Amino acid sequence: MRSLQRVFAVAGKEIRQLSRDRLTFGMIVGVPLIMIMLFGFAINLDVRNLRTGIVDEAGSQLSRQLVADLVATQVVEIVAREESVEALEAAMQRNEIVVGLHIPSDIERRLADPNRAAAQLLVDGTDPLIAGIAAGIVAMPFDARPSVAAPPPRTLFSARAFFNPEQRSAVMIVPGLIGVILTFTMVLFTAVAIVRERERGNLELLITTPVRTTELMVGKILPYIAIGLIQVTLILLVGALLFDVPVRGTLTDLYLASAVYIAAVLGIGLLISTIAKIQFQAFQLTFFVMMPSILLSGFMFPFDGMPTAAQYIAQVLPLTHFIVIVRGIVLKGAELADLLEPLRNLGIVFLVSMTLAVVRFRKRLD
Amino acid sequence: MDATQATDSVIATDATRANGAGDPAIVATGLTRRFGRTVAVDSVDLEIPRAKIYGFLGPNGCGKSTTFRMLCGLLTPTEGEVSVLGHSIPRDAEKLRPLIGYMTQQFSLYRDLSVRENLDFLGKVRGLSRRRRRERIEASLETYDLGRLARRRPENLSGGERQRLALAAAVLHEPPVLLLDEPTSAVDPRTRRGFWDSLFELIEHDVTILVSTHYMEEAERCHQLAILDRGRLVAEGEPKTLIGELAHTVLEVEGEHLGRLRQRIAELGIARSVAQLGNRLRVLLEPGDPDAAGLVGAAIAGSGASIAETRPGLEDVFVASTQSDRDL
Repeated sequence: MRSLQRVFAVAGKEIRQLSRDRLTFGMIVGVPLIMIMLFGFAINLDVRNLRTGIVDEAGSQLSRQLVADLVATQVVEIVAREESVEALEAAMQRNEIVVGLHIPSDIERRLADPNRAAAQLLVDGTDPLIAGIAAGIVAMPFDARPSVAAPPPRTLFSARAFFNPEQRSAVMIVPGLIGVILTFTMVLFTAVAIVRERERGNLELLITTPVRTTELMVGKILPYIAIGLIQVTLILLVGALLFDVPVRGTLTDLYLASAVYIAAVLGIGLLISTIAKIQFQAFQLTFFVMMPSILLSGFMFPFDGMPTAAQYIAQVLPLTHFIVIVRGIVLKGAELADLLEPLRNLGIVFLVSMTLAVVRFRKRLD
Repeated sequence: MDATQATDSVIATDATRANGAGDPAIVATGLTRRFGRTVAVDSVDLEIPRAKIYGFLGPNGCGKSTTFRMLCGLLTPTEGEVSVLGHSIPRDAEKLRPLIGYMTQQFSLYRDLSVRENLDFLGKVRGLSRRRRRERIEASLETYDLGRLARRRPENLSGGERQRLALAAAVLHEPPVLLLDEPTSAVDPRTRRGFWDSLFELIEHDVTILVSTHYMEEAERCHQLAILDRGRLVAEGEPKTLIGELAHTVLEVEGEHLGRLRQRIAELGIARSVAQLGNRLRVLLEPGDPDAAGLVGAAIAGSGASIAETRPGLEDVFVASTQSDRDL
């Protein structure tokens, strides 16, 4: 009873302070909004309008048709016509173009020979995405061969994109973004939670009271679970309104899973708070968690393509498990019962980090 | 220790505060704390009586705060034992939390919560029932003249107001032992006076108060005083007794061009300290030399300055017992 009173006392105090801290309050709403705009609009995996330069040595009707077909895909936009391949390379070095197309004078003859490429594509390899797009252009069918009796082009596979048939990047990114935003804000908020009290001297008073470490920790994270769920709501709303991201599973499942995930990242935040001596260190440690979370969790790059070592490291990061859960519920319409394993992993992260935080925190100054 | 606790609990049925009324509130033996190689507190023995104001006097870095923190279980002693109200520290530190009120040196309440919210939070954390909390908060606001500030936040309060709030927070749960770590360092003398009046009121309610300070006028108000220097207990007793027992002689030299005189007296090598106060020099002579006063008289002869022996004060006791290096 007293224990509960103390937990709520700490939680209530935390909410009061939060409501008076404009910067933090702004971050609760501002960070999700800014990040979803940034990721939703700027990070666009459907690449269009690549700046392209052309050298057309053939100058024939066929070569003009080839260029027209290429432009029609909207993947490239012709911005320069050069006289030689060397000029194309120079333009690429000056970053005027990222793709160069060289149509040789003997293109008709080359087209007739199945062992030779008809034309050459020069690609700026410094950007992996552009290189990938170029591979798509190479596979482009071109059947304008009136003079040649070539067999119709054969395809080995036909691909169907499940769950996101239009292959829109917003649909791929927004659900994972819920996890990224929660990691960032939640870890940061709790990481400074105890450090701040230490810096302001409050802790010296607090530890002379009968409040137990566990009560203090639980009281500190309770308000943030609610705040995290508010952020989830915000991201889902913006995702649905601006980017047309569907939620195929049930909202109850999504909120329950999010609550578990929030608890796990809050636990990590608290652990950081018991390690850092000053708020600046807490910020540094937060980024130490943030970077691998974004890179290794499968949010940016497919998890299966990572080296085994990276996959092991990723297992420790709660975001890895949450990405599976959130994409499952939002995009695939999965239920919690389908996601027991990642949920259990999140539970483990929560318990381990909370236990370590409680053990590390001393009601002493030495 | 266990036997004492057993007797305590029998008597406790009658009146909790009266248990072992003759016993000291706090006993420390061989209290030592090291931080790495530095010894912050060095084998200090203390016996602090109940319902008295017990002062710790000492220069900065003498180990006052460290001793305080060990007495309330915030720091673990490297060596030695502490017993507060019959509870041994650090073993029973958690049991003692409700019995101790602690006012930290730096203001440690929440600056972004109002006066009332701060008290309410502490009341809850301290486990006071809703009714008792309301009673105690109202009483504290009244006693410490905080009523009209109840809605204000400490960030907008004056030093004296903050200090009253900190004291109100420390005694909210009516602890029998109160530790005040340099409580008046940020307030003016008048506020300090009012503050001490409220401390003496608490003594009437059988509260044992420990206060650390480096103000002489504050130290003089204590029932008993411990003077610490470099982690060692160098003097202990009632302020009056300490002054009476001082073996040093104090001379006052009054005149012009005191800087030159000061140097001349210092060069004699018989003074513990020479301090200038306006147009007077206060000379604290080392004990045991009956001719010392005569030597000082000879040293200033011809300067036109007058010389007279004067009654020592607490500051002389402090200087005599704390500085091993001569302050000349």
